[in-house]
Amino acid sequence: MNDRNNNSLPTMPLAMTLVGQTVTFAGVRNAGRGLTHRLAEMGLAPGENLEIINRGPGPFIVSVKGSKFVLGRGMVHRILVRPE
Amino acid sequence: MKDKHLTIALAGNPNSGKTTVFNAITGARQHVGNYPGVTVEKKTGSATHGDVRLDVVDLPGTYSLTAYSIEEVVTRNFLLDEKPDVVVDIVDSSNLERNLYLATQLMELGVPLVLAFNMSDVAASRGYNIDEEKLSELLGVPIVNTVGHKGKGISELLDAALASVGKTTSEQRYPNYGREVEPHILQLTELVEQKCSKQRSRWFAIKLLENDDETIKRLGQVCPEHIEELTLEAERIRKHIESICGDVAEIIFADRRYGFISGACTEAVTQSVERRHEHSDRIDAVMTNRYLGLPIFAILMYLVFQLTFSVGNPVVDAFDGWKGDLAGAVSGLWGESGADSVLRSLLVDGIIEGVGAVLVFTPLIMLLFLAIAFLEDSGYMARAAFVIDRLMHKIGLHGKSFIPMLIGFGCTVPAIMATRTLETRRDRLTTILVLPLMSCGARLPIYVLILGAFFPINIVLWLFGIFPVTNHALWLFLIYMIGIALAIICAKIFRGTLLKGEATPFVMELPPYRMPTIKGLAIHMWERTWLYIKKAGTIILAIVVVLWALAYWPKLGDEKRAVFEQQRTVVQAEQQADATQISDRITKIDAAEREAELEHSAIGRAGKTIAPVFKPCGFDWKISTAAIAAFAAKEVFVGQMGVLYSVGDDVDEESVDLREKLAAKYTPLIGFCIMLFCLISMPCMVTLAVTVREAGWQWAMLQVTYLTVLAWVLTTIVYQVGSRLV
Repeated sequence: MNDRNNNSLPTMPLAMTLVGQTVTFAGVRNAGRGLTHRLAEMGLAPGENLEIINRGPGPFIVSVKGSKFVLGRGMVHRILVRPE
Repeated sequence: MKDKHLTIALAGNPNSGKTTVFNAITGARQHVGNYPGVTVEKKTGSATHGDVRLDVVDLPGTYSLTAYSIEEVVTRNFLLDEKPDVVVDIVDSSNLERNLYLATQLMELGVPLVLAFNMSDVAASRGYNIDEEKLSELLGVPIVNTVGHKGKGISELLDAALASVGKTTSEQRYPNYGREVEPHILQLTELVEQKCSKQRSRWFAIKLLENDDETIKRLGQVCPEHIEELTLEAERIRKHIESICGDVAEIIFADRRYGFISGACTEAVTQSVERRHEHSDRIDAVMTNRYLGLPIFAILMYLVFQLTFSVGNPVVDAFDGWKGDLAGAVSGLWGESGADSVLRSLLVDGIIEGVGAVLVFTPLIMLLFLAIAFLEDSGYMARAAFVIDRLMHKIGLHGKSFIPMLIGFGCTVPAIMATRTLETRRDRLTTILVLPLMSCGARLPIYVLILGAFFPINIVLWLFGIFPVTNHALWLFLIYMIGIALAIICAKIFRGTLLKGEATPFVMELPPYRMPTIKGLAIHMWERTWLYIKKAGTIILAIVVVLWALAYWPKLGDEKRAVFEQQRTVVQAEQQADATQISDRITKIDAAEREAELEHSAIGRAGKTIAPVFKPCGFDWKISTAAIAAFAAKEVFVGQMGVLYSVGDDVDEESVDLREKLAAKYTPLIGFCIMLFCLISMPCMVTLAVTVREAGWQWAMLQVTYLTVLAWVLTTIVYQVGSRLV
């Protein structure tokens, strides 16, 4: 993904974050235009803050713009975030 | 307004309470297309406001007007093609920013628009202070506060909607995309106006820049000679924008729209206390807990079925009694000589026994749909998808596929429609193929009939000391589990062979928990129950009459009748036997005659022809014909057994319960085999039709074939092994 915010902090997969952490969405690995666009329309655009509410055995629940989302097991490994 | 007949379209995000507003406006005056999918089918209703008649269309819930999902395409095409007089966008006012995204797109599209700030009570309780007047000014759109489930603000909403009809949209604001992008949009807008369409030119330009396939297709139809020029120009501009802004064009547009919203909200919304979702969060801490999530899910499912049966069964028994009374009363009209009346047999043995056997189970179906409606409306369904995601992932699907499967416990048809929310065709096809294995409500009557006949009900244990667990509940649990297990195995096989491919990304919004309203539950339950009743009164009635006729004709020839008559005369003539012995033997001869008559009938002959195929499964010709008739609708199995065991019954004879007849005729092993076969074998006609429509002929044929073969093989194995063990 493009580095829009010129943030020098390295990115990491969402899967490595902990419950209660707030991170900045940086992008999705190997995502087609369609997926990136759809996520952006749901509010998951680069630079957006997201809070990790819960992590199940696979999927995560995150909070973005006041809504909660389930991100599936495959997604949490592909979504890249930056720690606050 | 000359025309007092207007169309209002309701748009909105999923979970914005759109349905509650729709229900509040239209009440019971709703028309649903063939089947109400959870989100997709077009629902319409009517209402009158003042002296204006309104047609209200409930559009599918969408986040945007991009063409990524079928819902979005449906919504967009409706707005573009049907041109409703006014569009009401239902906005969850406790979650303004995300909900207003769709509004910005509607504004860009240039439709007459009113915003309903729904759930304004929730927003207030969360400490949001919204200055509607100011926001309305900033957006250039009227705003009305509503509380859908309490019916608050609905009249004001309709006032505002009627006032907006036919209004020019010039005062509506729309996002400004900034100085890097905006000049290029204007440039492309002009080109669209020159070459193609004066209407909605800005919207078309933006969509072209977003590389929206549907728009390219649509413009291609309007001006085929210029479409290439337009797409090339759009492509050039897009590259240019992307090189300047350093991001994909679609993302820039989405980002700026959110920026526009956030700008407006900063000015018009204040939050007095910082409280977000805390009520939902607390419930979620338990419901989606890593360790508790699955057990809670399992217990909830179990309770759904246990409650359905413990409440439903006594009512079903009462209905069954009334059915018997009705049959007796109708028979009584013919008196003693009625035994040979064709009309009596059609009414009593055909219609009352056949259709009645199906209708008697309505209370169970109703309760099951009520429970499913509760899970959907409360928001738990989405949590179940989260909890089950890991398991689903193992079979190559994801949690979202589980929602159609849960609906499948009610009826496979709406479940197949609900697969439209799945993004990829691979996921959809896999889910559709295994959906019939989720035992639907129409199969319930079969299980209940069989269990009642072969397994006397008793309480096996007390759960937590208060919930009685019956052996019937355990048997049912087993049957449902077999269905689920087979679905998992089959899905895994399909994903590994025909529908290979990587798992698709799973993103789903979790709605906040809400107490379902009685009205909402009642409407959801009723619209599905009504379909069941309607089916009984139409398709099933027709089939039952045909089956009855096939079981009634041709009659035994006079010679054969004479043989039975002679036997009776012989028995009666015997002096030494006492009266009871004689009457016993007569009854036996009567039964033999009835049996001979049935075997002589068209259905008897057809059944005998196909019976060898089902012999390995332990089925006689009667079960075989019923199993095949069940293709029309699963519950026909019960009706057909009712007819087969009723035709030829003597009028005067005390009508013996169908269950008792079955118990006398078959073993419990055969009973179990019937349940197993009905669970797995080919889906009903309606399911087949929907599968053809949604997936195509080849997939529908594959579904029918693999399920039927699987059913036959498994039932045969169980019967052959079982009969050697028992």
